[in-house]
Amino acid sequence: MTSKPAVIEVIDLYKSFGDNQVLRGIKLKVEEGSTCVILGASGSGKTVLLKHLIALLKPDRGHVLIDGQDIVPLEAEDLAKVRTKFGMVFQGAALFDSMTVYENVSFPLREHRKLKEAEMRQIVREKLAIVNLKGIEDEYPAQLSGGMRKRVGLARAIVLDPKIVLYDEPTTGLDPITTAYVDEMILDAKRQLGVTSVVISHDIASAFKVADNVAFLFDGVIVEQGPPQRLRNSQQPQVKLFLQTWFGKN
Amino acid sequence: MRIPEDLERRARRPGLNYLTELLEGIGRGVLSLLNDIGGITTLGFTIVRWAVRPPYRVQNFFAQLDFVGVGSTFIVALTGTFSGMVFAYQTSGAFRIFNAESLVGPTVAITITRELSPVFSSLMVTMRAVSAMCTELGTMRVTEQIDALETMAVNPIHYLLVPRVMAGLIMVPVLVVVFDTAGMSGAYFVAVGVQGISAGTFINRTQQWLVSSDFTEGLIKGAVFGLTVVLIGCYKGYNAAGGAKGVGQATTQAMVASALSIFILDYIVGVILH
Repeated sequence: MTSKPAVIEVIDLYKSFGDNQVLRGIKLKVEEGSTCVILGASGSGKTVLLKHLIALLKPDRGHVLIDGQDIVPLEAEDLAKVRTKFGMVFQGAALFDSMTVYENVSFPLREHRKLKEAEMRQIVREKLAIVNLKGIEDEYPAQLSGGMRKRVGLARAIVLDPKIVLYDEPTTGLDPITTAYVDEMILDAKRQLGVTSVVISHDIASAFKVADNVAFLFDGVIVEQGPPQRLRNSQQPQVKLFLQTWFGKN
Repeated sequence: MRIPEDLERRARRPGLNYLTELLEGIGRGVLSLLNDIGGITTLGFTIVRWAVRPPYRVQNFFAQLDFVGVGSTFIVALTGTFSGMVFAYQTSGAFRIFNAESLVGPTVAITITRELSPVFSSLMVTMRAVSAMCTELGTMRVTEQIDALETMAVNPIHYLLVPRVMAGLIMVPVLVVVFDTAGMSGAYFVAVGVQGISAGTFINRTQQWLVSSDFTEGLIKGAVFGLTVVLIGCYKGYNAAGGAKGVGQATTQAMVASALSIFILDYIVGVILH
């Protein structure tokens, strides 16, 4: 079986904040069109790793390759070109609270495409339909529920048809029904748009539902990675302990 | 019971410990100040570099002009009017002792145009606009809205800071003119209408003593103060961390630093211009 090319490749990534060594030699490959879930407990360095993938943080050493291009040494202008390949859904959605839903979702279009207002409105409607939202274009983020904000965040993330979508804890703080809905939303984005996804989570149920591959991060190191089944059968003590909390109950 | 070694040592030499802690505190404060000055200067140069690059966000720029300038006009005019009134009242009382009421007009005019106008206008902008800017940027930082801009390949300095700093640089001198006008009107009303100084004397003496460089000095100071206070507010807000408490601390620090900068720069710019 031939494997697909790696869209994202992380090589020996180290990062510390002061005396706190957060990442200790991360190695990770994400294949084109797949969904990789980075699983781990709070404080294990998941979000720090995710921020390196889109160069929001610079590592102390190591490389992050996007489509084979090392983004670590890039300056602001070259980074901007690479970032147009990405969409990112933030934990708290990170919608601009001074803008309406329509203005939020159309923001990347306004910045990077020269489109007429009617064309933009059509694209925004289509993207909101993908996340099953309609008729909320004139609402402000403060008027929406947590789940709706996350969905608007995804609509904004996919509005430029990116190749890669990053999700930072997409189900944290959501009720089980909305969590299931957000999981479906991630699967739909993959099915309908064919995007490569990286999902940061500590939600085991969601991770096993959406992942093609799971990487388990513990204390700044990926101690196990592979398909969900491999993680289930892992003999790594940290992985076993983490999974017991869920499989023990289910 | 065993007393911890550190506490025992402190108890033995309280004077020395107090001195050490005092020196450490001063050292930390100086380092923090130097770090902030370096950071603000670097941010200033970065903003200049981005200000000349397209795309030019005209709508954002005008929104900030409106927020900093138009939005502050009323309070600046009000502050100017009452400053002029009280200054005219006090000087006419004092000058009457020496039979020199004719000097009330020029004294008030020179003081307002050179000093009161740029200082008070900048303080008003600091309290009204810079505090709001700092809080808004800080909130955007801690809620990851600034990170979101970066992930959308939009430079946050270009998008958020350039229009704000440009607005501060342009609009504070405009507000200085508003303050000058309101201040002199208030002074005229009190000096002529209340204190009974002749209108001709007030106007003629003012024209005789007030020169264009007094007015220019106020405008230059306004531009320098406007640039500085907005830069400080943007720097503190942009680098805020630690949730709501962090945003609050950033705003407090920005207010204190801005107000102090105005008075320190007032002296420095005044000396340079003379």
